[in-house]
Amino acid sequence: MEHRDDIGSKLGMWIFIFTEILLFGGLFLVYAIMRSSYSTEFHQAAHHLNAFIGAINTVVLLVSSATVAMSISAVQKGNKKLAVILLLITLLCAAIFMVNKYFEWGHKIHIGLYPGSALMLTLSHGQVMFFSLYYFMTGLHMFHLVVGGIILTIAIIKVQNGSINKDRYVLLENGGLYWHLVDLIWIYLFPLLYLIT
Amino acid sequence: MHPETVHITPYRTLAWVLITLLGLTFITITATWIDLSALTVAVALLIATVKAYIVLTYFMHLKFESSLFRVFVFMVLFIYVLVIAFTLSDYLFR
Repeated sequence: MEHRDDIGSKLGMWIFIFTEILLFGGLFLVYAIMRSSYSTEFHQAAHHLNAFIGAINTVVLLVSSATVAMSISAVQKGNKKLAVILLLITLLCAAIFMVNKYFEWGHKIHIGLYPGSALMLTLSHGQVMFFSLYYFMTGLHMFHLVVGGIILTIAIIKVQNGSINKDRYVLLENGGLYWHLVDLIWIYLFPLLYLIT
Repeated sequence: MHPETVHITPYRTLAWVLITLLGLTFITITATWIDLSALTVAVALLIATVKAYIVLTYFMHLKFESSLFRVFVFMVLFIYVLVIAFTLSDYLFR
Protein backbone atom coordinates (compact mmCIF):
# COMPACT_ATOMS: atom_id res chain seq x y z
CA MET A 1 0.00 0.00 0.00
CA GLU A 2 1.45 3.27 -1.13
CA HIS A 3 1.20 6.23 1.22
CA ARG A 4 0.63 9.64 -0.22
CA ASP A 5 -1.37 12.77 0.56
CA ASP A 6 -2.28 14.81 -2.51
CA ILE A 7 -4.23 17.41 -0.54
CA GLY A 8 -1.33 17.92 1.87
CA SER A 9 1.00 18.22 -1.11
CA LYS A 10 -1.16 20.89 -2.72
CA LEU A 11 -1.54 22.74 0.58
CA GLY A 12 2.26 22.83 0.84
CA MET A 13 2.42 24.33 -2.66
CA TRP A 14 -0.14 26.96 -1.71
CA ILE A 15 1.85 27.94 1.40
CA PHE A 16 4.87 28.39 -0.86
CA ILE A 17 2.73 30.53 -3.19
CA PHE A 18 1.79 32.70 -0.18
CA THR A 19 5.48 33.45 0.41
CA GLU A 20 5.74 34.43 -3.26
CA ILE A 21 2.76 36.75 -2.85
CA LEU A 22 4.60 38.40 0.06
CA LEU A 23 7.76 38.71 -2.06
CA PHE A 24 5.99 40.45 -4.94
CA GLY A 25 3.56 42.11 -2.52
CA GLY A 26 6.43 44.03 -0.94
CA LEU A 27 7.47 45.30 -4.37
CA PHE A 28 3.91 46.30 -5.25
CA LEU A 29 3.76 48.18 -1.95
CA VAL A 30 6.94 50.10 -2.85
CA TYR A 31 5.39 50.80 -6.26
CA ALA A 32 2.18 52.12 -4.66
CA ILE A 33 4.06 54.50 -2.36
CA MET A 34 6.49 55.73 -5.03
CA ARG A 35 3.65 56.21 -7.48
CA SER A 36 1.68 58.30 -5.00
CA SER A 37 4.78 60.40 -4.26
CA TYR A 38 5.93 60.82 -7.90
CA SER A 39 2.79 60.43 -10.00
CA THR A 40 3.81 62.82 -12.83
CA GLU A 41 7.30 61.29 -13.11
CA PHE A 42 5.79 57.80 -13.26
CA HIS A 43 3.47 58.90 -16.06
CA GLN A 44 6.35 60.39 -18.06
CA ALA A 45 8.61 57.39 -17.54
CA ALA A 46 5.88 54.89 -18.47
CA HIS A 47 5.75 56.51 -21.95
CA HIS A 48 9.06 54.73 -22.66
CA LEU A 49 7.43 51.31 -22.21
CA ASN A 50 6.02 49.56 -25.22
CA ALA A 51 2.38 48.80 -24.31
CA PHE A 52 2.02 46.76 -27.51
CA ILE A 53 4.72 44.27 -26.49
CA GLY A 54 3.24 44.25 -22.98
CA ALA A 55 -0.20 43.41 -24.38
CA ILE A 56 1.18 40.61 -26.57
CA ASN A 57 2.97 39.13 -23.58
CA THR A 58 -0.26 39.30 -21.56
CA VAL A 59 -2.11 37.33 -24.24
CA VAL A 60 0.77 34.82 -24.52
CA LEU A 61 0.79 34.22 -20.75
CA LEU A 62 -2.99 33.83 -20.52
CA VAL A 63 -2.92 31.25 -23.33
CA SER A 64 -0.06 29.40 -21.62
CA SER A 65 -2.02 29.28 -18.36
CA ALA A 66 -5.06 27.87 -20.14
CA THR A 67 -2.99 25.14 -21.83
CA VAL A 68 -1.47 24.08 -18.48
CA ALA A 69 -4.97 23.83 -16.94
CA MET A 70 -6.12 21.84 -20.00
CA SER A 71 -3.12 19.50 -19.76
CA ILE A 72 -4.23 18.56 -16.21
CA SER A 73 -7.70 17.68 -17.57
CA ALA A 74 -6.03 15.67 -20.35
CA VAL A 75 -3.91 13.70 -17.84
CA GLN A 76 -7.01 13.05 -15.69
CA LYS A 77 -8.75 11.66 -18.76
CA GLY A 78 -5.72 9.51 -19.53
CA ASN A 79 -4.93 11.37 -22.76
CA LYS A 80 -1.14 11.41 -22.47
CA LYS A 81 -0.40 12.62 -25.98
CA LEU A 82 -2.69 15.65 -25.73
CA ALA A 83 -1.27 16.53 -22.29
CA VAL A 84 2.27 16.58 -23.69
CA ILE A 85 1.21 18.70 -26.69
CA LEU A 86 -0.57 21.20 -24.44
CA LEU A 87 2.45 21.49 -22.14
CA LEU A 88 4.73 21.99 -25.16
CA ILE A 89 2.45 24.85 -26.28
CA THR A 90 2.91 26.34 -22.79
CA LEU A 91 6.68 26.15 -23.15
CA LEU A 92 6.43 27.71 -26.61
CA CYS A 93 4.44 30.60 -25.09
CA ALA A 94 7.11 31.00 -22.41
CA ALA A 95 9.74 31.19 -25.16
CA ILE A 96 7.73 33.84 -27.07
CA PHE A 97 7.43 35.85 -23.85
CA MET A 98 11.20 35.70 -23.30
CA VAL A 99 11.98 36.73 -26.89
CA ASN A 100 9.63 39.71 -26.55
CA LYS A 101 11.30 40.66 -23.27
CA TYR A 102 14.71 40.36 -24.93
CA PHE A 103 13.73 42.88 -27.61
CA GLU A 104 12.00 45.13 -25.09
CA TRP A 105 14.90 45.26 -22.64
CA GLY A 106 17.41 45.25 -25.50
CA HIS A 107 15.90 48.38 -27.00
CA LYS A 108 15.92 50.19 -23.65
CA ILE A 109 19.50 49.22 -22.92
CA HIS A 110 20.45 50.29 -26.46
CA ILE A 111 19.08 53.81 -25.92
CA GLY A 112 20.83 53.91 -22.55
CA LEU A 113 17.89 53.41 -20.22
CA TYR A 114 19.17 50.96 -17.65
CA PRO A 115 20.04 51.24 -13.95
CA GLY A 116 23.27 53.13 -13.46
CA SER A 117 23.53 54.45 -17.04
CA ALA A 118 24.66 57.99 -17.85
CA LEU A 119 21.19 58.83 -19.21
CA MET A 120 19.55 57.51 -16.04
CA LEU A 121 21.64 59.91 -13.92
CA THR A 122 20.10 62.88 -15.77
CA LEU A 123 16.53 61.79 -14.98
CA SER A 124 14.52 62.90 -11.99
CA HIS A 125 14.38 60.76 -8.85
CA GLY A 126 10.82 59.63 -9.58
CA GLN A 127 11.71 58.43 -13.09
CA VAL A 128 14.76 56.57 -11.79
CA MET A 129 12.50 54.89 -9.24
CA PHE A 130 10.10 53.87 -12.00
CA PHE A 131 12.79 52.27 -14.14
CA SER A 132 14.41 50.56 -11.15
CA LEU A 133 11.05 49.04 -10.20
CA TYR A 134 10.36 48.18 -13.84
CA TYR A 135 13.64 46.29 -14.25
CA PHE A 136 13.47 44.62 -10.86
CA MET A 137 9.83 43.53 -10.98
CA THR A 138 9.80 42.35 -14.61
CA GLY A 139 13.23 40.74 -14.06
CA LEU A 140 12.08 38.85 -10.97
CA HIS A 141 8.93 37.86 -12.83
CA MET A 142 10.98 36.58 -15.77
CA PHE A 143 13.14 34.56 -13.36
CA HIS A 144 9.95 32.88 -12.09
CA LEU A 145 8.96 32.20 -15.69
CA VAL A 146 12.27 30.37 -16.28
CA VAL A 147 11.84 28.32 -13.08
CA GLY A 148 8.24 27.51 -14.09
CA GLY A 149 9.50 26.43 -17.52
CA ILE A 150 12.01 24.05 -15.89
CA ILE A 151 9.27 22.58 -13.61
CA LEU A 152 6.96 22.05 -16.60
CA THR A 153 9.79 20.47 -18.62
CA ILE A 154 10.22 17.94 -15.80
CA ALA A 155 6.44 17.44 -15.82
CA ILE A 156 6.50 16.73 -19.59
CA ILE A 157 9.20 14.08 -19.09
CA LYS A 158 7.19 12.50 -16.27
CA VAL A 159 3.96 12.50 -18.28
CA GLN A 160 5.89 10.91 -21.14
CA ASN A 161 7.42 8.11 -19.02
CA GLY A 162 4.15 7.52 -17.18
CA SER A 163 5.14 8.59 -13.65
CA ILE A 164 2.51 11.34 -13.98
CA ASN A 165 -0.66 9.45 -14.95
CA LYS A 166 -4.41 9.57 -14.49
CA ASP A 167 -4.16 8.25 -10.91
CA ARG A 168 -1.19 10.30 -9.86
CA TYR A 169 -0.80 13.83 -11.17
CA VAL A 170 -0.27 16.08 -8.13
CA LEU A 171 3.18 17.13 -9.39
CA LEU A 172 1.61 18.48 -12.56
CA GLU A 173 -1.08 20.23 -10.50
CA ASN A 174 1.56 21.89 -8.32
CA GLY A 175 3.65 22.84 -11.34
CA GLY A 176 0.47 24.29 -12.83
CA LEU A 177 -0.21 26.31 -9.65
CA TYR A 178 3.27 27.81 -9.92
CA TRP A 179 2.71 28.66 -13.57
CA HIS A 180 -0.61 30.34 -12.80
CA LEU A 181 1.13 32.39 -10.09
CA VAL A 182 3.49 33.73 -12.79
CA ASP A 183 0.40 34.64 -14.81
CA LEU A 184 -1.30 36.19 -11.77
CA ILE A 185 1.64 38.52 -11.09
CA TRP A 186 1.76 39.63 -14.72
CA ILE A 187 -1.98 40.44 -14.59
CA TYR A 188 -1.07 43.23 -12.12
CA LEU A 189 2.33 44.17 -13.56
CA PHE A 190 0.97 44.84 -17.04
CA PRO A 191 -1.56 47.62 -16.23
CA LEU A 192 0.56 49.12 -13.44
CA LEU A 193 3.74 49.46 -15.51
CA TYR A 194 2.59 49.70 -19.13
CA LEU A 195 -0.83 51.31 -19.09
CA ILE A 196 -0.43 54.30 -16.79
CA THR A 197 0.61 56.82 -19.45
CA MET B 1 -5.17 8.91 -0.07
CA HIS B 2 -7.57 9.10 -2.97
CA PRO B 3 -10.23 11.75 -3.09
CA GLU B 4 -13.61 10.05 -3.61
CA THR B 5 -14.62 12.29 -6.48
CA VAL B 6 -12.06 13.78 -8.82
CA HIS B 7 -13.24 16.94 -10.52
CA ILE B 8 -12.11 17.19 -14.12
CA THR B 9 -12.53 20.69 -15.53
CA PRO B 10 -13.95 20.35 -19.06
CA TYR B 11 -11.83 21.78 -21.91
CA ARG B 12 -14.81 23.88 -22.94
CA THR B 13 -14.94 25.61 -19.53
CA LEU B 14 -11.22 26.37 -19.67
CA ALA B 15 -11.57 27.72 -23.21
CA TRP B 16 -14.37 30.06 -22.10
CA VAL B 17 -12.28 31.19 -19.12
CA LEU B 18 -9.44 32.02 -21.53
CA ILE B 19 -11.78 33.95 -23.85
CA THR B 20 -13.15 35.91 -20.86
CA LEU B 21 -9.64 36.75 -19.66
CA LEU B 22 -8.61 37.90 -23.16
CA GLY B 23 -11.76 40.03 -23.34
CA LEU B 24 -10.98 41.65 -20.00
CA THR B 25 -7.42 42.34 -21.19
CA PHE B 26 -8.84 44.09 -24.26
CA ILE B 27 -11.14 46.15 -22.01
CA THR B 28 -8.21 47.17 -19.77
CA ILE B 29 -6.21 48.38 -22.76
CA THR B 30 -9.09 50.32 -24.34
CA ALA B 31 -10.10 51.78 -20.96
CA THR B 32 -6.71 53.51 -20.72
CA TRP B 33 -7.34 55.29 -24.04
CA ILE B 34 -10.24 57.08 -22.40
CA ASP B 35 -9.00 59.68 -19.96
CA LEU B 36 -10.59 58.95 -16.61
CA SER B 37 -7.88 60.94 -14.76
CA ALA B 38 -7.77 59.69 -11.18
CA LEU B 39 -10.06 56.77 -11.92
CA THR B 40 -7.70 55.21 -14.53
CA VAL B 41 -5.66 53.29 -11.96
CA ALA B 42 -8.77 52.27 -10.02
CA VAL B 43 -10.39 50.86 -13.17
CA ALA B 44 -7.18 49.05 -14.19
CA LEU B 45 -6.81 47.53 -10.71
CA LEU B 46 -10.47 46.55 -10.58
CA ILE B 47 -10.27 44.70 -13.92
CA ALA B 48 -6.95 43.09 -12.88
CA THR B 49 -8.60 41.87 -9.68
CA VAL B 50 -11.53 40.37 -11.61
CA LYS B 51 -8.98 38.58 -13.82
CA ALA B 52 -7.03 37.37 -10.79
CA TYR B 53 -10.25 36.06 -9.25
CA ILE B 54 -11.05 34.10 -12.42
CA VAL B 55 -7.50 32.66 -12.58
CA LEU B 56 -7.64 31.63 -8.91
CA THR B 57 -11.12 30.12 -9.23
CA TYR B 58 -10.80 28.12 -12.46
CA PHE B 59 -7.16 27.78 -13.52
CA MET B 60 -5.90 27.32 -9.95
CA HIS B 61 -8.91 25.13 -9.32
CA LEU B 62 -9.93 26.76 -6.00
CA LYS B 63 -13.61 26.40 -6.82
CA PHE B 64 -13.29 22.63 -6.66
CA GLU B 65 -10.82 22.26 -3.78
CA SER B 66 -11.73 21.82 -0.14
CA SER B 67 -12.91 25.06 1.48
CA LEU B 68 -9.72 25.05 3.59
CA PHE B 69 -7.81 26.29 0.51
CA ARG B 70 -10.24 29.13 -0.11
CA VAL B 71 -10.10 30.23 3.55
CA PHE B 72 -6.29 30.24 3.45
CA VAL B 73 -6.09 32.24 0.22
CA PHE B 74 -8.72 34.70 1.40
CA MET B 75 -6.91 35.29 4.69
CA VAL B 76 -3.53 35.87 3.03
CA LEU B 77 -5.00 38.32 0.51
CA PHE B 78 -7.02 40.06 3.23
CA ILE B 79 -3.90 40.57 5.38
CA TYR B 80 -2.01 41.85 2.34
CA VAL B 81 -4.77 44.37 1.55
CA LEU B 82 -4.64 45.52 5.19
CA VAL B 83 -0.87 46.03 4.94
CA ILE B 84 -1.31 48.17 1.80
CA ALA B 85 -4.19 50.13 3.33
CA PHE B 86 -2.33 50.92 6.58
CA THR B 87 0.93 51.80 4.83
CA LEU B 88 -0.78 54.08 2.29
CA SER B 89 -2.93 55.75 4.96
CA ASP B 90 0.31 56.57 6.79
CA TYR B 91 2.01 57.95 3.65
CA LEU B 92 -0.95 59.87 2.28
CA PHE B 93 -2.28 61.46 5.47
CA ARG B 94 0.88 61.96 7.48
